[in-house]
Amino acid sequence: MKILALDTATEALSVSLALDERQIDRYVELDRGHAELLLPMVEEVLAEGGIALPSLDAIAFGRGPGGFTGVRLAASVVQGLAFGADIGVVPVSNLEAVAYRTAQTAPGVSRILVANDARMREVYWAWYSADGLLVSLDGDERVDAPGAVAVAVPRSGTWAAAGRGLRAWPELAERCRAAGATVHPDLLPRASEVLALARPRVAAGRILDPALALPVYVRDRVAEPAK
Amino acid sequence: MRILALESSCDESAVAVYDDGDGLLSHEIYSQIDLHRIYGGVVPELASRDHVRHLLPLVKTALADAKTSPADLDGIAYTAGPGLIGALLTGAALGRSLAFAWKVPAVAVHHLEGHLLAPLLESDPPPFPHLALLVSGGHTMLIDVAEPGRYAVLGETRDDAAGEAFDKSAKLLGLPYPGGPELAKLASGGRASRFAFPRPMLDRAGLEFSFSGLKTAVALAVKDQGREGGLAPETRADIAAGVQEAIVDTLIAKTLRALEQTGYDALVVAGGVGANRLLRERLAAAVARQGARVHYPRIEFCTDNAAMIAVAGMARLKAGKTESPAIRARAQWPLSELST
Repeated sequence: MKILALDTATEALSVSLALDERQIDRYVELDRGHAELLLPMVEEVLAEGGIALPSLDAIAFGRGPGGFTGVRLAASVVQGLAFGADIGVVPVSNLEAVAYRTAQTAPGVSRILVANDARMREVYWAWYSADGLLVSLDGDERVDAPGAVAVAVPRSGTWAAAGRGLRAWPELAERCRAAGATVHPDLLPRASEVLALARPRVAAGRILDPALALPVYVRDRVAEPAK
Repeated sequence: MRILALESSCDESAVAVYDDGDGLLSHEIYSQIDLHRIYGGVVPELASRDHVRHLLPLVKTALADAKTSPADLDGIAYTAGPGLIGALLTGAALGRSLAFAWKVPAVAVHHLEGHLLAPLLESDPPPFPHLALLVSGGHTMLIDVAEPGRYAVLGETRDDAAGEAFDKSAKLLGLPYPGGPELAKLASGGRASRFAFPRPMLDRAGLEFSFSGLKTAVALAVKDQGREGGLAPETRADIAAGVQEAIVDTLIAKTLRALEQTGYDALVVAGGVGANRLLRERLAAAVARQGARVHYPRIEFCTDNAAMIAVAGMARLKAGKTESPAIRARAQWPLSELST
């Protein structure tokens, strides 16, 4: 299976390429300049892998939630690359990407709370059940003030809380710790997790038309109607 | 040579296919006006969200209508500024990535150059050099156009753009967004002579404009004439007519002055306000008296569109001005930087 994955939803800019036997990963963190660097990074990874876009099975990307501009950048670039190469796309949640990374980082946890920094004094958050590396969303992806995040202690098993929202809001991290969680406040979503989550979907044929490479913002109240 | 062009600098998503031999092969546009109306103006974040949904479907339709396959394309052009940065980035990212995938050159187009070159799409294109009056919601400029790619700004507005003056006055009169065309409609039933609104900068030499005083005068008139239940219908129409007349008079006076100064005998009127009927009629007559001719783009190409981006993109493509794989857009981009 050959999949290209990219993510620009946060300060991290990352591109991963899975070939049949190996994987190539690029990752940098930067405040700005994602738009300038994304395609050169894609070009470099494709060259290193010795593969052209049309030979890929699909392109996966972090569809949000995350920075509006970053999520749109990823979606627009994936639309262009996939339509241009006549291949399909796989949108992956940026919260799920962090949940998957947490399941790798803290093996054996049964529940994961992901809280990514949403700026504007809020976090994007969601709960996941984990079974080994299989993570599944419980409930909805939400955006709220840190104080409104539901920290529900699981009845059994161990649990973890992860994401930069915990670094931005130490009191939320403290609440999780007090409730028995191991806390992973530095984890950002990466293309490598986006790619890992896309694999079973590509295998199952869950590949979408490039025009459906669209952002999921979660924060949908962005303007007030005029009086 | 054939190119695909994308425009997303404000609240229109547009895509066109243009061939330097066969001309304009297709042009698609999706207007967001309905989306922004309840907010009383363009909400940048909502504009960006809408572009990312509509641009690729428009690309598919434009290619199909032009009976063009990707292999027929020699380049991809997209508006890279000036405009709303988030909105610009959607088109730049899609356009640059399509060019990357198709292995053809990408061309970053200046939105105003698009407006300036739009009349080249008509059967009777303007000769070079010529004078251009660029009037829209964001700009009011007189430009010396030596040839495609060489522009010298002779004068521009110090504050509000002419289109902004239309829109702000319309808002004061309680007209729905977008106000400019609504104000023109209301003005057609009014008497322009009843209110004497200021024609700023007319008494001064030079080719600068200023329209910010106009909205103050309109606000005063609205307040003066106000009574229980708001303005009388005929008063609203008279104010609208007065405003329109003041803006048109000012634009014409400065334009004639610029024609005289440059000695050119061709004038291009570009930008959304160029669709205003009174401006078109009066300007044509006044310019003819001076022995010159006016060239307009067709009405639908006065406002934002991708056909004009394709024309400007073709000129830049032929001049070898293409982009690296970096996706770049600029909210501010002085026209003068294009010529260097």
